[in-house]
Amino acid sequence: MTPAEHIKIEAKEVNTFFGKNHVLKDVSLSIPEHRVTAIIGPSGCGKSTFLRSINRMHEIAGGTMEGSITLDHIDIFDIDPVTLRRRVGMVFQKPNPFPTMSIFENVCIGLKLNGIGNRKTYGEVVEQSLRRAALWDEVKDSLSKSGMSLSGGQQQRLCIARALAVDPEVLLMDEPASALDPIATSKIEELIYELKQQYTIVIVTHNMQQAARISDTTAFFYLGELIEFDETKAMFTTPKRKQTEDYITGRFG
Amino acid sequence: MPAKSRTYGWRRFKNSTMFMLSVASVLLAIAPLFLITFYTLSRGIGAINLDFFTQMPKPVGESGGGMANAIAGTGILIGLGCLFGLPVGISSGIYLAEYGDNPFGRTVRFLTDVLSGAPSIVVGVVAYVIVVLPMKHFSALAGGVALGILMIPTITRTTEEMIRLVPQSFREASLALGIPVWKTTLRIVLPTALKGITTGILLSIARAAGETAPLLFTALGNRFWSTSIMQPIASLTVFIYDYAKAPFEDWNRQAWAASFILITLIVALSALFRFVTRSRTS
Repeated sequence: MTPAEHIKIEAKEVNTFFGKNHVLKDVSLSIPEHRVTAIIGPSGCGKSTFLRSINRMHEIAGGTMEGSITLDHIDIFDIDPVTLRRRVGMVFQKPNPFPTMSIFENVCIGLKLNGIGNRKTYGEVVEQSLRRAALWDEVKDSLSKSGMSLSGGQQQRLCIARALAVDPEVLLMDEPASALDPIATSKIEELIYELKQQYTIVIVTHNMQQAARISDTTAFFYLGELIEFDETKAMFTTPKRKQTEDYITGRFG
Repeated sequence: MPAKSRTYGWRRFKNSTMFMLSVASVLLAIAPLFLITFYTLSRGIGAINLDFFTQMPKPVGESGGGMANAIAGTGILIGLGCLFGLPVGISSGIYLAEYGDNPFGRTVRFLTDVLSGAPSIVVGVVAYVIVVLPMKHFSALAGGVALGILMIPTITRTTEEMIRLVPQSFREASLALGIPVWKTTLRIVLPTALKGITTGILLSIARAAGETAPLLFTALGNRFWSTSIMQPIASLTVFIYDYAKAPFEDWNRQAWAASFILITLIVALSALFRFVTRSRTS
């Protein structure tokens, strides 16, 4: 991996509050482009909150942020949230395909509701997105079936396809495989490895082995603070902070 | 273990007794529906024939005739009621569910509950004042307004409940795709809640179909065929009222028949909303 990559997302002294609750404390982090960055840490350490700050989804739960996060060196608060969320996609822990729509409609809904493209182009986009999400071969003959008729792993890949269809630059994944069985999980992990060539991926995971398997850089959060951020191999073999070492070796978690 | 089998026998006895009491309660609860249905059918059966559904009322003294205009009238009145009640009810429900956690929202919710308890005759008088008086005559429009007002509370509350039931994860998924909030509400949340909202609509239609008092001062009634919304219009309920009061046995029999038809209509609507809700469990 080349050392001098372009930094896609830069967080500087981010402090996030939910009411009086100070959830993230002075987090500063640089997320490199076309790499997988994993965010690990015990429950409640702020990893999901940080992830959601990147596409301003924390605002929906009533969160406020001080400090700055930039996307390609532009502050995310200077970008309209709707545009931001098209450039920065998100996949959630529990697969959530829209229940009233077919597989086809689910994938192209992001484009449809934003008035992009028309019926002719949707077919292409749907196929491309489903191929990129490694789901095309499994569903190509049943695109009009409900999104809920798929298995958990397939639903999650459908959600990934849906996120990819709006052509984002960054994909935020909040524990995408934690609700899935091991086989579905490994399919998702393979997929992430493929996707990083085209997208920048930030994945929150409570599974350290998963972080070690798939990520290029890892950030370790604890109680709302960023404790350590390094290349994955380095962090897992020679952690620089004692807390990191304790977490990785399982002394707490 | 003699002691244990004694208590076990006693528990079985209690269990069976409670079970039989529950069954008896159910029978008691549904008995009135069956009684009404059978009674109206047996009293009115003489008047039910094809003419009943296709002909206009005959002048006093002539036997026969039908209530085609009343059936059409009820349909038109319900249609008008939906026209006024649905947009207001559904948008209020959406507002209360998505934005209603504030003093204004709480006030609206309270007032909706108050409105749902308003006597229907009072709503009729209100519609009289705001529609009939300015127009200087009775009309189906006024009747529609009255029914619409009566329908609003049920639709609002059901819409609010059903929208609240839509899991937050769908809203989040939609917003994360860059879909604006209002489009998320209208195109993702509302369709997901639609089946439940439909049951609220059918419930309120069933109620509106059975109202009589408000129609007395608004739609008034009409012995002739009319589909104009600017003119008084007949309705099943007012028809029953007029014909049941009348001193003619023939008319009374027609009132029984109309009662039977009305009950059947409401039961059919209820069955329809059961059907609509059942497919949710697939």
